[in-house]
Amino acid sequence: MWLKNIAFIALATVVLASLANWLLAPPKVEALDDPVVVVSDDFQTTKEAIDAQFREVWKSRELEPAPKADDLTIARRISLGLTGSIPSLEEIRLLENRPKEDRLAWWVNHLLEDRRYGDYMAERLSRAYVGTENGPFLIFRKRRFVTWLSDQLMANRPYNELTQDLIAESGLWTDHPAVNFITATVDQDGTKEPDVAMLAGRVTRAFLATRIDCVQCHDDNLGGDLKQTDFHELASFFREAQNSFVGIMDQKGKPYEYKYLHAEEETTVPAQVPFNQHLLEESGGTLRDRLAGWVTHPENKPFSRAIVNRVWAVMTGRPLVEPVDNIPLNGSFEKGNFPAGLDPLVDDFIAHNFDLKRLIRLIASTEAFQRDSRADHELTARHEQAWASYPVTRLRPEQIIGSINQASSLSTLNADSHVLTKLVTFGETNDFLKRYGDAGEDEFSMDGGTIPQRLLMMNGNLVTERTKNNFVRNAATRISQLSPNNETGVETAFLCVLTRRPTEKELEHFVNKLESDEVKSNRTQDFEDIYWALMNCTEFAWNH
Amino acid sequence: MKRFQHLLGPEGCGTRAHFNRRTLLGAGAGLAWLTPLSQLLAASSEEKSNKGRPKSVIVLWMQGGPSQLETWDPHPGKMIGGDTKAIDTSVKGLKIADTMPHTAEVMHEMALLRCVTSKEGDHERATYNMQTGYRPDPTLIHPSIGAILCHELSAEGVEIPRHVSIFPSAFPSRGGFLGNQYDAFKMYDPTGPLPDLPRRVPEDRFEARLSDLDILESSFSKGRRFDLEQNKTLHRKTVDRATTMMTSDQIDAFNIDGVPTEVKEQFGDTPFGRGCLCATQLIETGVRCVQVTLSGWDTHANNHELQSARAGDLDAALSATIKHLKERDRLEDTIVLCGGEFGRTPKINPAAGRDHWPHGFSVALAGGGIRKGVFLGETDPEGEKITPETKHAVRVEDIHATIHSALGINIHKDYQTPIGRPMAICQGTPISKIVADA
Repeated sequence: MWLKNIAFIALATVVLASLANWLLAPPKVEALDDPVVVVSDDFQTTKEAIDAQFREVWKSRELEPAPKADDLTIARRISLGLTGSIPSLEEIRLLENRPKEDRLAWWVNHLLEDRRYGDYMAERLSRAYVGTENGPFLIFRKRRFVTWLSDQLMANRPYNELTQDLIAESGLWTDHPAVNFITATVDQDGTKEPDVAMLAGRVTRAFLATRIDCVQCHDDNLGGDLKQTDFHELASFFREAQNSFVGIMDQKGKPYEYKYLHAEEETTVPAQVPFNQHLLEESGGTLRDRLAGWVTHPENKPFSRAIVNRVWAVMTGRPLVEPVDNIPLNGSFEKGNFPAGLDPLVDDFIAHNFDLKRLIRLIASTEAFQRDSRADHELTARHEQAWASYPVTRLRPEQIIGSINQASSLSTLNADSHVLTKLVTFGETNDFLKRYGDAGEDEFSMDGGTIPQRLLMMNGNLVTERTKNNFVRNAATRISQLSPNNETGVETAFLCVLTRRPTEKELEHFVNKLESDEVKSNRTQDFEDIYWALMNCTEFAWNH
Repeated sequence: MKRFQHLLGPEGCGTRAHFNRRTLLGAGAGLAWLTPLSQLLAASSEEKSNKGRPKSVIVLWMQGGPSQLETWDPHPGKMIGGDTKAIDTSVKGLKIADTMPHTAEVMHEMALLRCVTSKEGDHERATYNMQTGYRPDPTLIHPSIGAILCHELSAEGVEIPRHVSIFPSAFPSRGGFLGNQYDAFKMYDPTGPLPDLPRRVPEDRFEARLSDLDILESSFSKGRRFDLEQNKTLHRKTVDRATTMMTSDQIDAFNIDGVPTEVKEQFGDTPFGRGCLCATQLIETGVRCVQVTLSGWDTHANNHELQSARAGDLDAALSATIKHLKERDRLEDTIVLCGGEFGRTPKINPAAGRDHWPHGFSVALAGGGIRKGVFLGETDPEGEKITPETKHAVRVEDIHATIHSALGINIHKDYQTPIGRPMAICQGTPISKIVADA
């Protein structure tokens, strides 16, 4: 029997040793297939036009801009904006191996080719399109919708075509996932048909950055010139969309009746657009086709402004025009007096066939995007307002959890990650979001954090699980065992969690902590504590 | 532990509300630890007049839409009445459903509105409407009653969140445009410790972690906006409040394990009953608004049985809440509101259920500043819709105006919303017939 036991122990030791060897090996730094970084002449021209506009604003407001941020800080911003998480240690190493000249351009391209970009951007955009609720049972397939959107983004489908599908597509919600834009509004308790008013509200806000919801019930009494009729005439474009056993289809000639405020009786509402009427095709296709053509018409600039403003906001945490879905059509905006950066970006976007990836590359290349959020001179809210310093913005809950997970792994968590890792992450994400509070459609709120959020980060399961002694899963444990000396260990922890190296003062403090016996602990515990502090500081929870 | 206390700053109370735990513990010297906090507060309230004490609200939220016909507004013998019988109450001339016998005994402490109307028949929209007094507006999120109350009243002496939701529904009370620091703190069955509250490591290690945090915070603030913490992130302030809460004696109020069994039994041995008991403890500790949710009222099928079961849970907990608050001299400064999204259809559907009905339903109120023993209106015995023109018809916003004015909040005050639009605290008019000093 004892021989059997020894044999079992020996076998187990061999298995564990090989497992440990595999786990403890430092992350591989491989040269990925380098996407070619091509910067065309007109790309540079547009970038310079944008930069010139910002510089003009800084000069006129007598604001001394903050210096350019360091590469790792900018890389963190790009990563949070495009994938919803911070870069991995593996990626930081790859990035730092690149020549300095094309490092950031390469990084943007690298992420745009990564499935995480499609998935994350699709999730963010889908909130504007269909909200965050699960929607009508069976006929609304949110997962299918977001996956479809992600596919379109990965393929870099021209944004006007993508939008046309959302507005005008017909068919089943499963094999024509774009129709979920329509089915998301199907009224479950009442008519069982798409809600034309909700669709009018969503189309104008999501695709035109115009809020006309207010005139649904009455004419604008806050100084605008929109009428209640404008809203319902736009809604009337959806009157023929109906929900049937073959999915969403259009029933020609179906009328839309509405009783306006103070009216005696219902009237038949014609389909008409509230502005740029000359861009609407008089005939051809369904009503929804005509509306889609009008919305995405290259001359209908609110369309391009809306997506430029939203992509800027997703990438930085703050839109150029606030709120993100309300770019005025009148006042100074009517005269083309837009905030710095918006107009050149919009013109470039239209001129390049509504190319979202190019738009993202352009934004990331601008001086405004690359300003530091700190300086040797005094920075104020005015600097942030004018993008003379990078605005410090709160990370969304899903960015927080994405970053916790990434920081706890030395290698990159992406589509290639182990299925078990993905499953665990999926379960934990849902639980964490529920407790932390999903930001919902209220995407760019500037509120500070709440007490339950702080408690969740300080004492909650996720941070505890992702920092505790665990050779297999947790970077903190692996760093504590692998790092050749304390300085390297602390530096690695900082890179993993804050995407930067520690300052001298920080390095001294944490190395002392590792060497001190003041609080009884072992090395693994010390690294758990360092990770806890790094994940609980302001710097981790904010984009900067 | 109060490492960032200075950042909290004075919160400008200056009222007699200052007879808080800290003062009492100071004055009570060494014996104070012998006496539970709630008793200290009760003893204190005997010494001082309760006039001028900050007021509080307990919202008993009936998730799903309770049937007015099986609760507050029975119509036995009529086609719409179903199987429900009516019983007398302690208010002459007022009968309520026999599903709520204990509540019938305390009706003289309450005001009952039986002609409430709204325009929202969808759960989410109607919840929003009832909890904020506004219909959903895609351009902004309105604050709920609790958020407004916390915004308007001082936080002095309260070391725990002042807006709490017990068994939060899918649409919890929010701070809306006032900021998410006014969102309700969510909790569940008040037995055992609150999740995320106990620290995960021994105290000396936790203290060392906080010292590590100090180093990182000081690095981050260097060279950045001087008012970053104060006007934007509030990060250190939140850490401080969270650590204060973790070590505060006041967290005992979140737990009812120590309450004598006979008291618990009065509230009913249900999660909702325990939630209501906890709500009374929280109010005594200085929490300004507690919402306790009782789910299960969405009875599209098998209406009578399901409504009766829910009404049974409500009956014990509601009557005990009122009695308990009164015994402890807290009813005068606590408004208890009991209501849900909407009522249910007079017509019983083929599945023996009732559907959504915002055209005439009931809301009950009791306590601080609300007239006792009054009832207004009734739904139509033949099941016709109540309209705003119907006698005693009440709009949702009028209920909000009534509560706010009873709490002493200036309902004509405008808030400036983030999009630069002035927004009144509420749009309605106080219902003069149920305001005590009207």
